[in-house]
Amino acid sequence: MAEATIQVKHKIGLHARPASLFVQTANKFSSKIKVRNLTAKVDFVDAKSIIMVLTLGVMKDHEVLIQTDGVDADTALGALTSLIKNNFGET
Amino acid sequence: MREPVPEKTFIGIPASDGIAIGPAFCYIPAELTIPVCAAGTVDEEMTRFDMACKRARVELQSLYEAIEKRAGKEEASIFEAHQEMLSDPALEGKVRAEVEIGETVEQALVKATKELASLLAGMDNELFAARALDVKDVGHRILRILLGLPDTALSAVTETSIIIAEDLTPSDTASLDPKLTLGFITAQGGLTSHSAILARTLGLPAIVGMGAGLLEKVPSGTSIILDGRTGEMIFAPGGETIARYKQIKAKRESHLLSLKAAVEKDAHTANGRRVEVTANVGEAASARDAMEHGAEGIGLLRTEFLYLEDTQPPSEEKQYHIYREIFAVMSGRPVIVRTLDIGGDKPPSYFPFPNEMNPFLGWRAIRISLDEPELFKTQLRAILRAAVGHHARIMFPMVSDLDELRRAREIVEVVKRGLEVASVEFAGDVPVGIMVETPAAAVLVDVLAEASDFFSLGTNDLTQYTMAVDRGNAKVSGLFQPLHPAVLRLIRQTIDAGHAKGKWVGMCGELAGMTKAIPILLGFGLDEFSMNPRAIPEAKYLIGKLTDEKARDIAGQAMSFGTAAEIETYMKGVLALL
Repeated sequence: MAEATIQVKHKIGLHARPASLFVQTANKFSSKIKVRNLTAKVDFVDAKSIIMVLTLGVMKDHEVLIQTDGVDADTALGALTSLIKNNFGET
Repeated sequence: MREPVPEKTFIGIPASDGIAIGPAFCYIPAELTIPVCAAGTVDEEMTRFDMACKRARVELQSLYEAIEKRAGKEEASIFEAHQEMLSDPALEGKVRAEVEIGETVEQALVKATKELASLLAGMDNELFAARALDVKDVGHRILRILLGLPDTALSAVTETSIIIAEDLTPSDTASLDPKLTLGFITAQGGLTSHSAILARTLGLPAIVGMGAGLLEKVPSGTSIILDGRTGEMIFAPGGETIARYKQIKAKRESHLLSLKAAVEKDAHTANGRRVEVTANVGEAASARDAMEHGAEGIGLLRTEFLYLEDTQPPSEEKQYHIYREIFAVMSGRPVIVRTLDIGGDKPPSYFPFPNEMNPFLGWRAIRISLDEPELFKTQLRAILRAAVGHHARIMFPMVSDLDELRRAREIVEVVKRGLEVASVEFAGDVPVGIMVETPAAAVLVDVLAEASDFFSLGTNDLTQYTMAVDRGNAKVSGLFQPLHPAVLRLIRQTIDAGHAKGKWVGMCGELAGMTKAIPILLGFGLDEFSMNPRAIPEAKYLIGKLTDEKARDIAGQAMSFGTAAEIETYMKGVLALL
């Protein structure tokens, strides 16, 4: 199992395009992936579910905790954190 | 004889500009009734679910393509999001759980959709809560397919009508026939709801948030007027009211045509003097937006966003690519790049800022660039390199002294020599100018002209520093008056002094985009008006209606008043007659 805490800097948070990209990325891996909103204190949800990720209400500057568990746990965690770090490919 | 129904006005939230006059059509989505029957095996039920989802995906894809053609990728993307919800494991999981305890897939789907939608609907943030409607929309689509019904959302509309509905889902709005829809009014919804956004993109007049009971008040077939500018719905309007609105509508439509014509041409005064109308821009995306609104260049490219979004200063390469991208979007049109303009009021995280009593009179803008030459040089190198083959200019913010300007220009020369020595390609002839936003600079334009190739007035700061007022302080912000005679005198003096030295003088403050100020500034002889892209069409249209002589008269008259309030009243009268 691997986990990481990271701050979402995107101006709309995990909503619309960023939320889609996050869920699409999670779905590329076989590991179980969970994510929670530390800032708004919302408990873990399935990172592969767009609806549940939206219910986290992650806004700009919120911190999320991502947990991955499975054969590709480290790669999955790396992919998701770098997606957020690179601001979802926007400059 | 029947009693005539009295005319009545209701008010909602104006969501999309425009006026519609016509019969109401009440859209009540049919409740899908689930036949009572025994459930099949879990596998049978789940296979039906999968098949229905597949079918829904095909429908959504064709909706996506239709809306992409009508309104563009961004508006259509909602149907991509709906496709994602179709394959959402949470939805499938909840449906399966219900089926496993013996429910039919229809019953299971209704429960699952309701549960997930209410999770979203209960959220505090309006943007997230609004997504509940998407979940319901998707659930409704799957259920409709399961019941073997066709996609008939709004096909019952057969004559041109104003659609009245409790709420419109993205699917509903997308299936509105543009030939038959004059506009729509909903009981629910807000400005950021998807249907409101789509209405604006399609240019369809709309009112949202009219409140509960709307459908009972307005039966189908009633004559109504929808005023998307004010949010007014006039029920059973009399002949006089209809005639009045028809006139407003015709006037508005011909005005829109003139605006469209103005956007497509470069701006000239009525007597043919060329005046540049450009945009204030903060990122590549808004440069594209600016071009669409008829910008003839960028009069102010803010570069702060590059410095504030990251935990370290932007590298030369990163800046180079972003500047290149923006220059390319503007395809040969002039772009004025303002060097870093930050201060202690909004410090970047990586930069140690002293604790300042008064950041607006403190260490900011060019003062920082001169103290941190490496940061400054990196930006200058990126601009000079990116400017190759483009029409770029460099502008320093917050200059208040000739020595500052000389030192900044010397650094530009040092950077150029460095690039030359390293044999890096760069544009050697980029004009370098300053923003006139301190009273000191405005008073010293003739002196600063020695080292400045052009001037651009920043009216927000100029007003703040001239009036000695912080616009963020509610106690005194009433004194923030950009049309104050003191500010206007400094503006006129700047333009006159710049022109006397043969220099180009533009303006990139908010004032440049205000219709109440444009005739005065034109009369002062301003060369360029740089503004928020959305203000451009109206500004170009207004400039085209005025001769220089007329503008000079207006400016002269305006300057004869002693207070901003008197000038505003006078300008209101002037604009009403134009």
